[in-house]
Amino acid sequence: MFKKVKTWGPALALISPTLVLLAVFVYALIAENVRISMTNQHTARPSSDFVGMENYFRLFGDADFQHALRNLLLLTVVFLAGTLVFGFLWAWILERPAFGEGFFRSVYLFPMAVSFIASGVVWRWLLSSLQTDQSGGERTTGLNRLLDSVGLGFLQNSWWSDPNWGIAAIAVPAIWQLSGYVMALFLAGFRGIPEELREAARIDGCSEWKLYRHVIFPQLSPVMLSAVIIIGHMSLKLFDLIRAIVPDANTYDIQVPATMMWVKYIGSDYADSAAIGTIMLVLVALVVVPYLIYTSRQEKR
Amino acid sequence: MRRIAMLASVAAAGLLLSACGGGSAVEDANPSEASGSVGVFTWWADGSEKVGLDALVDIFSEQYPNLKFDNLAVAGGAGSQAKSVLAANLKSGNPPDSFQAHAGAELQDYIAADQLEDLTSFYEEAKLNEAFPKDLLDRLTVDGKIYSVPSNIHRANVVWANVDVLKKAGLDPAKPAADLDAWFADMDKIKESGATPLAVAGTWTQVQLFENILLASLGAEGYNGLWDGTTDWASADVTKAIENYKKALSYTNSDRDTLSDWGPATQLVEDGAAAYNVMGDWAEAKFSQDGKKPGEDYVYFPTPGTDGVFDFLADSFTLPKDAPNADGSKAWLTTISSVDGQQAFNAAKGSIPARTDVPADKFGEYQKSAIEDFSSDTIVSSLAHGAAVPVAWLNELSTAVSKFGGPQDVAALQDSAASIAKKFQQ
Amino acid sequence: MTTATVPPPVQVATPRPPAPRTGRQKMNRTLKYAILLLFVFVVLIPAYVLFITSFKGPSDADPSTAWLLPTTWETAGWAKAWDTLAPALGRTFAMVIPASIISAFLGSMNGFVLSRWRFPYANVVFTLILFGMFIPYQAVMIPLTQLMQGLGVPNGIPSLLVLHIVYGLPICTLIFRNYYESVPSELIEAARMDGAGLLRTYASVILPISTPGFVVVLIWQFTSAWNDYLFAAFFSSGSNGPVTIALSFLAGGQLTDYAASMAGALIASLPTLLVYIILGKYFVGGLMSGSVKG
Repeated sequence: MFKKVKTWGPALALISPTLVLLAVFVYALIAENVRISMTNQHTARPSSDFVGMENYFRLFGDADFQHALRNLLLLTVVFLAGTLVFGFLWAWILERPAFGEGFFRSVYLFPMAVSFIASGVVWRWLLSSLQTDQSGGERTTGLNRLLDSVGLGFLQNSWWSDPNWGIAAIAVPAIWQLSGYVMALFLAGFRGIPEELREAARIDGCSEWKLYRHVIFPQLSPVMLSAVIIIGHMSLKLFDLIRAIVPDANTYDIQVPATMMWVKYIGSDYADSAAIGTIMLVLVALVVVPYLIYTSRQEKR
Repeated sequence: MRRIAMLASVAAAGLLLSACGGGSAVEDANPSEASGSVGVFTWWADGSEKVGLDALVDIFSEQYPNLKFDNLAVAGGAGSQAKSVLAANLKSGNPPDSFQAHAGAELQDYIAADQLEDLTSFYEEAKLNEAFPKDLLDRLTVDGKIYSVPSNIHRANVVWANVDVLKKAGLDPAKPAADLDAWFADMDKIKESGATPLAVAGTWTQVQLFENILLASLGAEGYNGLWDGTTDWASADVTKAIENYKKALSYTNSDRDTLSDWGPATQLVEDGAAAYNVMGDWAEAKFSQDGKKPGEDYVYFPTPGTDGVFDFLADSFTLPKDAPNADGSKAWLTTISSVDGQQAFNAAKGSIPARTDVPADKFGEYQKSAIEDFSSDTIVSSLAHGAAVPVAWLNELSTAVSKFGGPQDVAALQDSAASIAKKFQQ
Repeated sequence: MTTATVPPPVQVATPRPPAPRTGRQKMNRTLKYAILLLFVFVVLIPAYVLFITSFKGPSDADPSTAWLLPTTWETAGWAKAWDTLAPALGRTFAMVIPASIISAFLGSMNGFVLSRWRFPYANVVFTLILFGMFIPYQAVMIPLTQLMQGLGVPNGIPSLLVLHIVYGLPICTLIFRNYYESVPSELIEAARMDGAGLLRTYASVILPISTPGFVVVLIWQFTSAWNDYLFAAFFSSGSNGPVTIALSFLAGGQLTDYAASMAGALIASLPTLLVYIILGKYFVGGLMSGSVKG
């Protein structure tokens, strides 16, 4: 037994600072946050009566919070769809050697290096909601102005200034920033497919489409899974970008749980704010935990 | 190596903390002996508000040459951004030496959280109880104690209008409408002439517009009753008021939520793209800074239907508990409440002094009229600016108002507002 | 982006040799390049807007010319942006560089241990560490503010330094662990046979070959700490915070000075963009998470 300790003792000791830090800064804080969410601390007035799940029930029954959840779903779907489509398309075109492929890859990827705040500065301007056919339309700027000047004026719309679909407009800058990353994932996936496999399939007389369907897509599915998990969880947490684009945090059209948590926090409603944070955690965990368990099992093989 | 780095940072943190002494009791703090720097937290980070702050800082440096003013200003009108940063700082135990807060219900949260020092003795020393009007003192007093020093009074029920746009629509700038219905009729004329009748910006400015419509529709008593429980939110009067708000919104610019703050909306009026803008009288400082002349380029009048009512908000400064330099804080508070300080600040910022003994000759035309109104009008508290209700109530009502901007469902807003009021009136 | 909102890096290997060309393939090629160029154009639209707007003066304020090049190239926006952001830039460097280095070293040690030394439940431990990378920070933010106060860490750069180190540990560990898995075990065995303990093996065998791993991790941590807004918003203010906060105030004020805020966005992005341009290969390259290997 001691020999075993001697074997893995030092290892454990070396990573123990990390373990302690994460135990405190992640797990202990999560527990404390859940505790706060179960009190009635709704103002700066100190009050820590335990109220159990009352805040959660009230939040889920609240029409505004439901709207925020619906927005979050819509945002995630559009964000995922956009990045997967563009990321796959670019990877598909670029996976065969091409002249200047390094240049194209670099351009598609560079938005990832920029912070959401910085990109929010320009996208706020681009997504400005005034349209040329409205009163005051001569003040139109951004994409609406561009669309109008190239003859696509009918495509103008109010972007995020819409109570039902506005959040989908927020997905546009997010797609712009992250499609390159998904492209890189797919490129890696493509290049992980051995050439022999393709050759073998071709020799067997497979058509291009059958090749994709039976060889390439299956090989790419782990990559796609990774992309869905990563983009999905980023979407659930998205906050910086929304804050950078929408001036007032308390704007109904684009409310998602992350912004509601902030608004409640400013209003000193710490219990509700903590509850929303916990709900966000649960949502992310639903997506991420199965994935982590799956990959952990994969590695055991 | 990393252990050394971590040890070093912990040691540095410790040194930093010991350098900031603990906050001494207010009674011991003596402003005339104060030295060092005074960190003052406001949201006057740009525009006309910054100009006012700068003027105040000049007086402060004159009165207390040993003290250095540390500007901790954070941008974002009505202080939304600043309040969140301040909340975080207070919660994490790093109070500034003084911070700006709206007088009235907004202070209640800080008082309840035991984050403010009692300034009643300071008021007696500085003889402020004689200098400030009684209504104001009442608004500032909580359970017999006063917790902040007002620097200025603002009015939230003013309409700013562009003279040329009015003339072009056939309206007389010198004769504003007498009530809401007449005003809406005027707005129809503006619409026909091709300009946007009413300019408004994001959520908090919409809330301010909403409060003005409420005030105009319900009168001062009815309006006050909304907050103290004597007016029933579910009543037919309130329904009519909300319908008036809906009508007002129909005259506004469609990109209101995308405007980054109150400035761009007022700018629309200044530039002649819109006719009217309901905004607090800090807009006055903007107009004069941009070189516009009252009467020639722009006119102002109380929101139609609210003549004789002064919808007030007051900026005030507090002394947080455990402030790093309490001496310096008291010096700052002395400057703010002094005649010179109030005069310099208010002349630059477009507001009026809280003190009643400041000579009015240094003030502009608008301010002179406001000073007169303040002494004779009925005073009510502004909703949007933290005077009427505490922050949490305001936030929820703001969400409801923001939501209204889309579908404009009158019944929904009325129901929401009623249940929110019920929740907070307990 | 905070550490956990930055996705893990991905390896792009070398391309295969080209296939022979036919007539139909030549047409496909043209189509291919047309599409690629169209997307280049679309992706660069925001960059174009940032660039031209930052140089516009009051004479170009009319919205109808918003998409055209400036009639006169003014630098007032850049001057104002620089004045506002310069102090924040210095502070951000002071925070990001130590944070990256420290978390890189910690991650390297963790990665080594987790890739090589088996102890009970090592896999579970690794999963628990990884989960820390995915959590929404909103779920810990409120008690975190209390904890930082309780620990006595001042707001501003010191707080952010600690936070980026701690919350960067999972991703750094992940990257290094995957990197070290490809180290041939003979190397480790040789050291063990020589009687070297864990630390000695690490210092003499692992560390010298870790440079590629360090490059990736340093770039990653630099970028994610530089771009973070969430922690900065809760733990700092305009006067003691990083460039993301300063930029949000520059862009969010009452007066919409587009030239200054666009110039500011460019200034704030310059360091990470430079890192990306110069070290782009490593930015993308590196180790993938195990599942992608499939």
